[in-house]
Amino acid sequence: MVEIICKKIIAYSLGTRIVQLELKSPLIAKKTLPGQFVVLMVSEKGERIPLTVVDKDEERGTITLIFQEAGFTTRSLGSLKEGDFLYALVGPLGNYTEIKNYGKVALVGGGVGIAEIYPVAKALRKENNHLITILGARTKDLLILEKELKQVSQELYVTTDDGSYGRKGFVTDVLQELLTIHYALNAIELIYAVGPVPMMKGVSQIAKDRGIKAIVSLNALMVDATGMCGCCRVTVDGKTKFSCIDGPEFEAQSIDWEELGKRTKMYQDKETHICKLYNR
Amino acid sequence: MRKEPVKVKEINIEERTKSFKEVVLGYTEEEAILEAKRCLQCKNPTCILGCPVGIDIKKFINQIAQKDYEGAYCTIREKNNFPSICGRVCPAEYQCRKACVLTKRGSIFASFEAINIHFLERFVGDWGMININSKSEALNPKVKGIKNLNLKFRDKRVAVVGSGPAGLCCAGELARRGIAVDIYESLHKPGGVLRYGIPNFRLPQEILDSEINYLRELGVEIMTNFVIGKLKTVDELFKEGYSAIFLGLGAGIPTFLGIKGENLCNIYSANEFLTRVNLMFAYKFPDYHTPLNIGERIIVIGGGNTAMDAARSALRLQVMNRIKPDVTILYRRTESEMPARRLEIAHAQEEGVKFKFLVQPQEFVSDKQGFLKGLVCLECKLGEPDDSGRPKSIPVPGSDFLLETDLVIVAVGLRANQLLTRVTPELKVDKYGDIIVNPETMETSLKNVFAGGDIVGGEGTVIEAMGMAKKASASIINLLFP
Ligand SMILES: Cc1cc2nc3c(=O)[nH]c(=O)nc-3n(C[C@H](O)[C@H](O)[C@H](O)COP(=O)(O)OP(=O)(O)OC[C@H]3O[C@@H](n4cnc5c(N)ncnc54)[C@H](O)[C@@H]3O)c2cc1C
Ligand SMILES: Cc1cc2nc3c(=O)[nH]c(=O)nc-3n(C[C@H](O)[C@H](O)[C@H](O)COP(=O)(O)OP(=O)(O)OC[C@H]3O[C@@H](n4cnc5c(N)ncnc54)[C@H](O)[C@@H]3O)c2cc1C
Ligand code: SF4
Ligand code: FES
Repeated sequence: MVEIICKKIIAYSLGTRIVQLELKSPLIAKKTLPGQFVVLMVSEKGERIPLTVVDKDEERGTITLIFQEAGFTTRSLGSLKEGDFLYALVGPLGNYTEIKNYGKVALVGGGVGIAEIYPVAKALRKENNHLITILGARTKDLLILEKELKQVSQELYVTTDDGSYGRKGFVTDVLQELLTIHYALNAIELIYAVGPVPMMKGVSQIAKDRGIKAIVSLNALMVDATGMCGCCRVTVDGKTKFSCIDGPEFEAQSIDWEELGKRTKMYQDKETHICKLYNR
Repeated sequence: MRKEPVKVKEINIEERTKSFKEVVLGYTEEEAILEAKRCLQCKNPTCILGCPVGIDIKKFINQIAQKDYEGAYCTIREKNNFPSICGRVCPAEYQCRKACVLTKRGSIFASFEAINIHFLERFVGDWGMININSKSEALNPKVKGIKNLNLKFRDKRVAVVGSGPAGLCCAGELARRGIAVDIYESLHKPGGVLRYGIPNFRLPQEILDSEINYLRELGVEIMTNFVIGKLKTVDELFKEGYSAIFLGLGAGIPTFLGIKGENLCNIYSANEFLTRVNLMFAYKFPDYHTPLNIGERIIVIGGGNTAMDAARSALRLQVMNRIKPDVTILYRRTESEMPARRLEIAHAQEEGVKFKFLVQPQEFVSDKQGFLKGLVCLECKLGEPDDSGRPKSIPVPGSDFLLETDLVIVAVGLRANQLLTRVTPELKVDKYGDIIVNPETMETSLKNVFAGGDIVGGEGTVIEAMGMAKKASASIINLLFP
């Protein structure tokens, strides 16, 4: 049983909430590295869902998760209070990000994917990379971690779909523009992107056109997250890979995006049903 | 002496598919005695050689015939920690029963006449579960080899990684001798395949729970949600003061077919399908929150126990959801080459699972949303025997045909779980990723690290996993108390 030490609603807009939880888990706090994730179960009857470890505090023995209340499980998780307990928490899982000095790195985060680029950004900064960070949200109220990322980035750009803050448009628009106007060919060594599938797909296309290496962290559906079930499989370079043990990071250009997009919608009907049923 | 074997009672076929209740009810006392009395008590009992752990089958059967159930229980427990489990899942027709002299010569598996050793073992195991607890057993002089429960060994600690049959067995063997054992398990519940793979209608979880509770009574600690290799390394375990480590990691990675479209929606590995059902209780959705799609025309690919379990589970899910049952198993050879337990094949057939032999999947076909809609197959014919000794299945060019289906479960085998071995490079593995051990001692290339079960032998059986674990536990005891 894992205790919730601290809970904050860090963004809210029209029924959508982004929640931050700090969980007691000294061992995971000690071991986890940027890019890795945990799997948790809210209750004994719950499903197992993966969430990225956004931050950790070894002294307090805690880890921080940030998630958007999307379906039944994330909403149940969001309804817990400080002092409540989770039924299960396992981690750290997945491979960690390769952190080294690349030079100039463009970090692209969309929606709650911003949470996932944060630990990577901090680690890359420590290695003296020049960070160009591009954040995208549906609307101003749903933008998270802007302040935190500003502190570690040399440049920071914000886009919103509705134009309520930053630039109106998508992160890919800014990336495209930076690459054509502000930076010479090959000036950016790496693009690291996390967000909704269409966004990552867009980033992948841009990177491909320019011949820049792009790494994405995939959010495939998972069950055990130890390689046992094959639920998280993706087609990478025409071959089947398991996101949980081979990933979650892959080179963007080798992903079959269409397939991934479809697979993550496999249980949409069921989720709508359970959400209606419990009316949450 | 009675010639006809005593048939084991089962719940009737209509009832079966409506739930996940156990199908085989097991022998009553009278039936067990009748069956036990059929045993010829051979002078040179060959059945014992057929059992991977060498249970004194002749003796325990005789003890049943004499109504000495406690004696029978002790006889079995000398060699096998989990008789209630093996009595339910052992492929006895390839092991002890095949070696029984009543089996007709030359058959590939035990014939009907062979003594139903596994059902007798189950009877005794279940009897013991009710009548004997860990303390009375540990102190019971009839149980050889375990009477030296000795607290002076308490300063020796052993870590067991994985809580499948191999891990549980090794932990039990050590704990019964008073050694402190901690089991580390990555899932949230212990049991390995016994928990997430084998369905309740074959092995009720209460039986597994009861065996695991028994280990806890012996003082075994089970740390769930704990991945060794990630949260702690093998080195770190030694630094914490463990004297030896046993690795029972299992063969946890499902193989796929490597054909076009295999990642479409509604194509499951048997492991995923069964895990959702057994470990996560997806069949109780939405009360339990893990979803599972069911499908109207289900195809299961494979011919082993995993395929049977997946097919029978899928059929039950259809019935429980008022969908007309329609499950077909595709296998590339014929029925006699199927590696599954014969009883499971028979049960699947009785319950309405259809079989299509001599076919090979070629390509999955999708609808616009990325959901599966059909499977193109090739017909096959049997050729010369291959390495496995079974005739090779040879696809016939140009024989392709389309099967309509909206859900496929792939059950074509498992590979070694590499979560730990990948991050422990000093631990030698073979080209399949299986851990290399000294077969006499089960010691790995790492000092004081032992291994057993599917991570060593590749996909095997529960009793084989336990056999290796016993060997390893004996080596660990030798190591700790030279
Ligand atoms: C390695 C990894 C790390 C992740 N880290 C985070 C994180 O830090 N923060 C966070 O908010 N989410 C993260 N996710 C995604 C998160 O696991 C899912 O959002 C969650 O499982 C949804 O569960 P649910 O029952 O609440 O929603 P569901 O009801 O399952 O889903 C709601 C909607 O989202 C879609 N959906 C479901 N699962 C996913 C998914 N994995 N990716 C994309 N769409 C999905 C469904 O089709 C549905 O439309 C991560 C996923 C992975 C694989
Ligand atoms: C569906 C199915 C049906 C079967 N039916 C039968 C049958 O009827 N009869 C029969 O004899 N055999 C059957 N088998 C085969 C049998 O189940 C296996 O041979 C046996 O379970 C192997 O035992 P094991 O202990 O080696 O591994 P497993 O049972 O696979 O257990 C390994 C355990 O280790 C855990 N683990 C792995 N890595 C780590 C790590 N790094 N840290 C912590 N924990 C870890 C896993 O989560 C798992 O719980 C079946 C197999 C399947 C899949
Ligand atoms: S453990 Fe298996 S092989 Fe051995 S006697 Fe029992 S049923 Fe037969
Ligand atoms: S989630 Fe089961 S194999 Fe990756």
